[in-house]
Amino acid sequence: MKELNTICIMCPMGCPLKIVGDGEKVEVSGNTCKRGEIYGKEELLHPSRVITSLVILEDGSVASCKSSSPVPKERIADVVDAISHISAPKTTKAGDVLLKDALGLGVDIIATGVSPKSGLN
Amino acid sequence: MDRLFDCVVIGGGVIGTAVLDRLACYDLSALLLEKEDDVASFATRANSGIVHAGYDCEPNTLKAKFNVLGNPLMWRDAELLHVPCLKCGSIVVAREREQLDELVRKAEANGVEVEVLDRKRTLELEPNVADEVGFSLYAPSAGVISPYQLAIAYADRAALNGGEILLEAPVVGIARTSDGNFEVQTPKGTFKARIVINCAGAYGANVNDMAGAEHYETSYRRGDYFVLDNTERKNVNTVIFPLPTAAGKGILVAPTADGNVIYGPTANDTSLGDTATTLESLDELKRNVPLSYKRPAFNKCIRVYSGLRTIIGHDFVIGESEKVDNFFMAIGICSPGLTSAPAIAEFLTDGVAKRLGAARKQNVVAELEKPVRVKELDDVALNELIKKDSRFGRIVCRCEKVTEGEIVQAIHSPLPARTVDAVKRRTRAGMGRCQGGFCCTRVMEILSRELNIPLTEVKKGLGANIARYRIKEVNDD
Amino acid sequence: MTELFYDVVVIGGGPAGMAAALAAREKGAKTLILERDVRLGGILNQCIHQGFGLHYFSQEMTGPEYAKRFSDAVAQTDIEVRLEAMALGLGEDRTVSVLSPSRGLEKIRAGAVVLAMGCRERTAGAIMLPGTRPAGIYTAGMAQKLCNVSGYLVGKEVVILGSGDIGLIMARRMTTEGAKVKLVLELMPYSSGLKRNIVQCLEDYDIPIKYSHTITRVVGSPRITGLYYAPVKDRKPILEQEQYVSCDALLLSVGLIPENDLLNGLDIEMSPVTGGATVDERRMTTIDGVFSCGNVLHVHDLVDNVSREAEIAGAAAADFAMGKLAERGKQYAVVAEGDVRYALPQRIHEGGVQKLFFRVGRVVKNCRLVVESGGKTLLSKKYMVLAPGEMGSVDIDASALEGDIKVRLEI
Repeated sequence: MKELNTICIMCPMGCPLKIVGDGEKVEVSGNTCKRGEIYGKEELLHPSRVITSLVILEDGSVASCKSSSPVPKERIADVVDAISHISAPKTTKAGDVLLKDALGLGVDIIATGVSPKSGLN
Repeated sequence: MDRLFDCVVIGGGVIGTAVLDRLACYDLSALLLEKEDDVASFATRANSGIVHAGYDCEPNTLKAKFNVLGNPLMWRDAELLHVPCLKCGSIVVAREREQLDELVRKAEANGVEVEVLDRKRTLELEPNVADEVGFSLYAPSAGVISPYQLAIAYADRAALNGGEILLEAPVVGIARTSDGNFEVQTPKGTFKARIVINCAGAYGANVNDMAGAEHYETSYRRGDYFVLDNTERKNVNTVIFPLPTAAGKGILVAPTADGNVIYGPTANDTSLGDTATTLESLDELKRNVPLSYKRPAFNKCIRVYSGLRTIIGHDFVIGESEKVDNFFMAIGICSPGLTSAPAIAEFLTDGVAKRLGAARKQNVVAELEKPVRVKELDDVALNELIKKDSRFGRIVCRCEKVTEGEIVQAIHSPLPARTVDAVKRRTRAGMGRCQGGFCCTRVMEILSRELNIPLTEVKKGLGANIARYRIKEVNDD
Repeated sequence: MTELFYDVVVIGGGPAGMAAALAAREKGAKTLILERDVRLGGILNQCIHQGFGLHYFSQEMTGPEYAKRFSDAVAQTDIEVRLEAMALGLGEDRTVSVLSPSRGLEKIRAGAVVLAMGCRERTAGAIMLPGTRPAGIYTAGMAQKLCNVSGYLVGKEVVILGSGDIGLIMARRMTTEGAKVKLVLELMPYSSGLKRNIVQCLEDYDIPIKYSHTITRVVGSPRITGLYYAPVKDRKPILEQEQYVSCDALLLSVGLIPENDLLNGLDIEMSPVTGGATVDERRMTTIDGVFSCGNVLHVHDLVDNVSREAEIAGAAAADFAMGKLAERGKQYAVVAEGDVRYALPQRIHEGGVQKLFFRVGRVVKNCRLVVESGGKTLLSKKYMVLAPGEMGSVDIDASALEGDIKVRLEI
């Protein structure tokens, strides 16, 4: 039996949700609409987030990156750690896959942009 | 071998830099020791920036003497050194004419031109004085100057004329050797000197103690200020003072030489080193400004700051120690210290030069080369400049319209700017309404490139860095 | 000095500027974008988090990706882009003076001008933060730029003042990079940021937020070592309940201000509430041919809304420049009343369906937004909740107006 207290993020209302249950049956209370119930169930059973972070390229410039799909919440720290060990060439550009199938989670780490080395040089 | 200087100046505030500047006109060797990473790092960078007329000083005091002598010297120096200033005059506002009588008497005794204005004439000069104001005392010779730019310019001219400046060199001890010379000790080395001049500001009494000179009890009074956006400048023409009290000249409203407006200072008794503003004193400002000025715009505040006045007795302490010969002092220099600076410097330098038998040098630099300020150039001159150096076409500070060229110029000036704050004081990059939110990172990049240091080594000032850790290496140290 | 002419000059190459330029070009206008940075994209380039584009592209993406969609689109047109180009002046005759290292100072005449300069952050000075003024105090956006663009972290023990979205996003970002975010303080009893960010940036990482609290003094010199904070009552701190927290960095996320410095001295009507110019439904200001959109007009919650609004401005600017701006009916003022803090546009010409943006001044639950013209109700819409952090939008039928348009809440 798991229990979770959180705020619904489906709309600005921000209903305080209490979600109790297990794989079989989940009870959501505190919500004021159907969307809140769906959100609450998902947050209890399969909470996951898209991760965004940074990678330093070989030449010292900075690339932003994200996971290609949401990562289970409990693995976020591991994936962040895996990202910090990525080495990528200076030719990296937005859309490049920096890490394929991170930690076997079926999620790729993809470059989303590369910062210019310096605005002034 | 320790070098022997004719003169070591302790302290790089406006007094110390003015003294070095005047000493450098003589045929003698002079070194200024400053404990921080730039000159003008304490009281000189945080005061009202007023060039006082001198009507309010107690007659026959050093304050009166040096204020009155200093005022015209200040305007002349500002012109030669290209320091932003504005001879806008000042008014002291009062309800009744009689409240101004004492100031009028002092002005006469001090030989300062003043005029009592009735409400109508006051309003012609300053339309936004409070409704209660019936009369004002107008002093046309007063005005405002950028105090830190003045000190920096003194340091620059001194450096060009052979004066030496050592930064990050706090004096930790002063000894006297058998040959009668001083040994001034700093973590950067010991420097021998025939003459020592104590211009150490808030630390002046400590330096006196180190040298075995007269011991002074010092008290400190903090003053908090608001800086207003330059859009407020149009509402203030002159320096507006309330009637003075025992605590000082009171909370003024004034334009700044760089086009902002300030409200302040408060007067809070405190201890050495305290320049933290408090909720109470900021509230006090909000309550008191409207007493003399009816258009306070606290919502246009872009910065709060505070400075420390160092008070020894009722007057300046200026001259040679009676206990330690060849040890000179200019301490306890609170208001009107800024205005007095050039006069104090000339007085001390005359004495020192006579003592050393030093003659004036030929061919000293009198006028500094005018630094490029893109904002002040006309279109044709600007485009010619950009053709030669495109960096003058690259705006770094949006609010104050400061270019990369100006920042590089400051980093390579006679007394080089080596921190973000030092660049800010010289160029105004970061002084505008966004307070460096946009340009600070660009200034850091330029400093990093020009000084060839990593970005994590670029300091804001006073030794503190801004970009502290390289990402991904955060937990490696 | 060379004098150039463009139909439409767009000042600012962020999301608003790019969308406006594309819409203007679409209408056939010869278009120029002036961008002060070294690349297009504006602040989106430093917003590496997810959460952009769901409404506009029906796809969630990061800031740089959202920006790239538009900058790629710009690159495929003949829109001219001038980088490192700072607009220094704007005349009521629509002459723009612009400074750039490659071309020096130029005067550019424009058939129409679109203002798209974005906004800046409120600073420690603007909120009169008491205490020392040490290194270690950053606006959230500056810390974000140092981190996400330059690759540097500003501290390891962080306190954040204000719960604006950038502050919340930076709480997560700095945590991800190994810093400890100890506390978020919010003066108001509610967050000014999105609910999603409260949950996913704070709750996910067990970062505490204290509402109705503020900083009473900053401690430390030359670097911040900590700060005192206290609960507030009637916006005044209760000093008896002051508490201390140590930190080596303080991030400020205390509000955004449209960056309209360029308009200082112009005879243009500004809104004291939004900080931007007042506009009609085409986003034209009170200066003929000068349009405004994006965060320089009013601070938006979502970039998707910025893009849409900019397209309106860009298209209308092109029409104006080419003499095709259609004659409209009578113009009416839009007036926000009571809990509605502002409604935009501030003027609407009679005709067609118009989108009205609005923000409320406090959290209001179970209310009804009522839009009236004269005595006629144009719209009455029920809301379970409206919060200051989120911008509302409604479509109103403006085909037959009977007077000024009043926007208010019924509770």
